[in-house]
Amino acid sequence: MDYKTVLTTCAYCGCGCGLYLEVLDGRLIGTLPSKTNPINEGKLCVKGWNIHEFVQHPSRLTKPLIRKNGTLTEASWDEALDYTASRLKEIKEAHGSHSIAFLASAKVTNEENYVIMKFARAAVGTNNVDHCARL
Amino acid sequence: MTNSVAEIEDADCIFVIGSNTTSSHPLVATRIFRAIAKGAKLVVADPRRIQLALKADTYVRQNLGTDVALLNGMMHVILKNNWHDQAFVEERCEGFEEFKEVIDNYPPEKVAETTGVSADDIVKIAEYYAKAEAASIVYCMGITQHTTGVDNVKSLANLAMLTGNMGKESTGVNPLRGQNNVQGACDMGGLPNVYSGYQAVNVIDNQTKFENAWNAKLSDQIGLTIPFMLSGLSEGTLKALYVVGENPMVSDPDIGHVEKAMKNAEFLVVQDIFRTPTAEFAHVVLPGTSFAEKDGTFTNTERRVQLVRKAVEPVGESKADWEIIQELSNRFGYQMNYESAEDIMEEISTLTPSYGGITYERLQGEGLAWPCPDKEHPGTKFLHKDKFARGLGLFHAIEYKPPAEVVDDEFPFWLSTGRVHVHYHTGTMTRVSPSLHAEIPEGTLEMHPEDAQRLAVREGEKVKVASRRGEITAKVTVTDRVDEGVVFMPFHFAETCANVLTNPAHDPTAKIPEFKVCAVKVEKAA
Repeated sequence: MDYKTVLTTCAYCGCGCGLYLEVLDGRLIGTLPSKTNPINEGKLCVKGWNIHEFVQHPSRLTKPLIRKNGTLTEASWDEALDYTASRLKEIKEAHGSHSIAFLASAKVTNEENYVIMKFARAAVGTNNVDHCARL
Repeated sequence: MTNSVAEIEDADCIFVIGSNTTSSHPLVATRIFRAIAKGAKLVVADPRRIQLALKADTYVRQNLGTDVALLNGMMHVILKNNWHDQAFVEERCEGFEEFKEVIDNYPPEKVAETTGVSADDIVKIAEYYAKAEAASIVYCMGITQHTTGVDNVKSLANLAMLTGNMGKESTGVNPLRGQNNVQGACDMGGLPNVYSGYQAVNVIDNQTKFENAWNAKLSDQIGLTIPFMLSGLSEGTLKALYVVGENPMVSDPDIGHVEKAMKNAEFLVVQDIFRTPTAEFAHVVLPGTSFAEKDGTFTNTERRVQLVRKAVEPVGESKADWEIIQELSNRFGYQMNYESAEDIMEEISTLTPSYGGITYERLQGEGLAWPCPDKEHPGTKFLHKDKFARGLGLFHAIEYKPPAEVVDDEFPFWLSTGRVHVHYHTGTMTRVSPSLHAEIPEGTLEMHPEDAQRLAVREGEKVKVASRRGEITAKVTVTDRVDEGVVFMPFHFAETCANVLTNPAHDPTAKIPEFKVCAVKVEKAA
């Protein structure tokens, strides 16, 4: 049995509480609050205490999907990424950079948001980047 | 937030307006409770009698969408009684005379008619706030999600400046950010007008700097915000939309309109961890990973950048979202070669002045609050000390404007939307969490007992709720949390989707939709 705790930051609201994820043999089994985090000082709300529950839920997406004959069908990463890249290129060539838009995300990391906006601006050539800050 | 979360507990007065803090930001509410225990006055202004209202020294229930009137009324009282901070206004601010001219027209008796808050209460809350040594304003989407969202925020800034509650401990104007990394998504340039660190895309020096760093030709044309992306898709001027970790089919106003936009997209990519209602319209769905399966950083509501650490391997074949974008970019023809999230942060810190001193090594422990311009800088606990970011604090002269949609004979109820304590946003995470789902499994319509009696509906019975945009059926919760003539619904639930009803009318500057006010009719379902 391999048990460990990993210190990380809560992914629900904007408080940014520090918490430990409890991991047993690669499965998330619980959440504990960080006592030294300056926001939560050893406390969590009901959502934070239960945050491990959604991560490995059976309904998670596990494979890329491509719509074929109207139905979303499992595909390989190579197929999905090649298809996405070629469709975006076709649309850029036919209608210009500004015919493509991106929604970045308040759920992903800073580094990921940076890479998304860099892809939109440097690769596709548009400032059509927004996210759900207003929602 | 201008100030940090921890500072709230040492404020002498906390003014909470448009934030259901105990439900949506419980660990900020903890600080408010500690402040009360230390003797602070709590003032709560909210159209719903939220839990925090029960702990307030004074609770006022303003009519929906009348915040500017209420705040102007408070400032009228403060000026009339000389409770303002004359020295702060003279030394640190500008635009006062024009502002005062407007405020003169908001005597409490007149404001009482607009807001439904008695003149006595307006005087009382103005006095609590203005006479406190250090007063902190806490607000959330109840202030911003209006066609006058920007006016509301500027009015709060006026109030803080007028009383000198800026740039010092336990004061400030403190918006609570609703999503774990909404601050970071903004900081990183996930907005149509700025690169990371709010560097405007239409300033030539910024453009040149990023063109050199990224080795690419960049556009100086400001991009589209979400409402215009949706209308662009509907009208066919926008062809493709790439959505990462968002669910507009539940989160955006007027879902009927959103659906039309999604269906009309020539190419829709959804990158997410669940097969969301939005993913059902996608041409390609790419499986990203959750916070527990990757390294990185989040920036919280007080601008604190904190580490996110990988605890478990990604489920199935899912990949970290940055890896997906990098692989796509390489296939698209623009090379990216990051080996880790830390690699990306190194690039961010060189191009983003406010993140200049941020490294993973320095983030161990408590993290760092930006601005943190260099490697020796300790981070910034509160903003605007000694001077404002723009130099002098600018008073804005703001007149009250009513909401875009008001009740009438056909749609006689005011509808407002918000969150419940066990669910988060569109529910994709919390509703698959058994412990949370068991607490509140469905969305209900909150209605005042008198209204329920008039419509002959009892607790748990179903009603049809319709606005000019659509109709849903939901069970009723009978409660005096809401006022007569007002109904409330959480927006987490796709099957009783409150956003079928909401009004997409938005603030002219911030483009934020008016989720907090629209007009509906309610009738007992057959």
